[in-house]
Amino acid sequence: MAPLLEIKGLKTHFSTDDGILQAVDGVDISINRGETLCVVGESGCGKTVTAMSILKLIAMPPGRIAAGQIIFEGRDLVPLTSNQLDEIRAKEIGFIFQEPMTSLNPVLTIGEQIAESLRRHEAVTKKQALDRTIEMLKLVQIPNAEGRVHNYPHQFSGGMRQRVMIAMALACKPKLIIADEPTTALDVTIQAQILDLLQDMKERFGMAVMLITHAMGVVAETAQRVVVMYAGKVVEEAGVDELFGDPRHPYTQGLIRSIPRIDLDSEHKTRLEAIGGSVPILINPPVGCRFAPRCKFAMNVCTEKEPLLREIAPGHRMACHLGDTSLGGAS
Amino acid sequence: MSQYVLRRLLIAIPSLLGISAVLFFVLALAPGDPFSELATNPNVPPEVQAALRAKFGLDDPIYLRYVHWLNAMLHGDWGFSFVSRMDVDKLILQRLPTTLFVIGSAQILALLIAIPVGVYAATKPYSLFDQIANTLAFVGFSLPTFFTGILFILIFSVTLDWLPFVYTTDIKATGIRWVLEMIRQAIMPVAVLGLFQAASMTRFVRSAMLDVIRLDYVTTARAKGLGQAKVIVKHVMRNAMIPVVTLIALQIPAVFGGAIVTEQIFRIPGIGSLLISSILSNDTPVVMAVTFVFACLVVLFNLIADILYGWLDPRISFR
Repeated sequence: MAPLLEIKGLKTHFSTDDGILQAVDGVDISINRGETLCVVGESGCGKTVTAMSILKLIAMPPGRIAAGQIIFEGRDLVPLTSNQLDEIRAKEIGFIFQEPMTSLNPVLTIGEQIAESLRRHEAVTKKQALDRTIEMLKLVQIPNAEGRVHNYPHQFSGGMRQRVMIAMALACKPKLIIADEPTTALDVTIQAQILDLLQDMKERFGMAVMLITHAMGVVAETAQRVVVMYAGKVVEEAGVDELFGDPRHPYTQGLIRSIPRIDLDSEHKTRLEAIGGSVPILINPPVGCRFAPRCKFAMNVCTEKEPLLREIAPGHRMACHLGDTSLGGAS
Repeated sequence: MSQYVLRRLLIAIPSLLGISAVLFFVLALAPGDPFSELATNPNVPPEVQAALRAKFGLDDPIYLRYVHWLNAMLHGDWGFSFVSRMDVDKLILQRLPTTLFVIGSAQILALLIAIPVGVYAATKPYSLFDQIANTLAFVGFSLPTFFTGILFILIFSVTLDWLPFVYTTDIKATGIRWVLEMIRQAIMPVAVLGLFQAASMTRFVRSAMLDVIRLDYVTTARAKGLGQAKVIVKHVMRNAMIPVVTLIALQIPAVFGGAIVTEQIFRIPGIGSLLISSILSNDTPVVMAVTFVFACLVVLFNLIADILYGWLDPRISFR
């Protein structure tokens, strides 16, 4: 079966005073119906830009989709105008943003903000939209939904606002939810609640979820499949068990080793490992592998030739020269 | 809410008292008084002058004169204009409608220009439209009204002879002809004042819009597929207008001040030209009353700005 969403060779570039910033440089990601896909990577690796490119929510200009296709249910979204995309936004693909504190309009009631999405996409009266809104608020477990629907965002806590955001994204029952670091701005106890809620809603409505995060713990808990991004490129993709059990790319290995473990007893505890160095600036990036300057296993070929994403096991792809037999066993 | 307004009005009383005291003492320091003209008049003997001064209490100590003025004011007696030979309150009420008409029209014109231009410029920053609007706005508020006023008179009255350059309140016509004449004579002063206001307001609207347009909740609104027009009007403008409305409300007293110059240029018999002529003729009661009215306007519009702010922004509550 064809995937619900298929991103092929996406390149999103930003023009800056110093040159073209290649924030996303040839990304392939696909999501099946009803699947949870996690996109992980450190800040600035292009995960958010990839997600925002899907519905063209990046600022254009300076942003620009330079190449690639974004095929949603057999239709390429890249050539569509903003007006045409408005029919897909919220109705087919819902968005949950990172910052619940700033992602809600402070001067409108939360009810108004949820209902406007319903009224835009469905032929409902004001009263019906209000009833549906209250129903959604109950679904995301906001206590006293009938009263709270008329409150303003500042009358809610961060966790409650994220519930409102989820209710808003789910209102039109989209087929795909893109959640851009939905728990990053929340404290740990609330994070778990929000992830549970998201999982719960996903099962109830049978939608696919694209969860963007930098927390490997979140990935392990929620994902079915994982895409690891680095410096605007996909470096590894695998099922969640496969990725944690047998990470192949040095960057993924580094990410996994940097997760704190509380299940080891004190003798086995080692100092938490960090990946040295920082993400390269994506204006005129060097040729070859973008991770090479930080990689422990870097070889000569790594700075000369860009490693391509290749399938190393069924459903497991990675982009690294390590173990590539076509290079003449140079590992 | 009504409690808040009541409390603010009560707080306004001491500040108005303070303002009136300062005004009174500063005016007392100025050379000349209503009777200084009599001193140069050879027909009035010195003893009559002295008697008059004593009768009106002009030689009393200054604090006594202030208490006297305040007491009269509280009883609704605004004083008597020796130059115009009529009560000051009547004089002000006679002049006020003209000023309100000119300033009101100018403000409406300014808003009608500034809001659409500022909003549109902000949606397409650094576009050709934005550049032109910015340049014109810059030119607009760099040119003082006494310059543009005279320039307008030169072009439209002297050279082209389209519009009258003296504003009269006794137009000799009735019905529709009267209305047309009123409009014709108001065009230039309203345009001069309105365009000047529009220039600074446009820049303010634009920057307020740009501040909001980048915010996260605007992206949220876009992600709902609402469409550009609705996103701009409902989500961006609604927020950007909060500081703009406040600024406009706070600016209105300053507009009255700015209108003084414009009224002088076009000979508009408004409250501003009343102030100028009173100062020139040492008509202290009128100067005192007009400046005090301006002070009241400042206090009043500050209160209005605060109320509007709380009304527009649900995060602010009146306590």
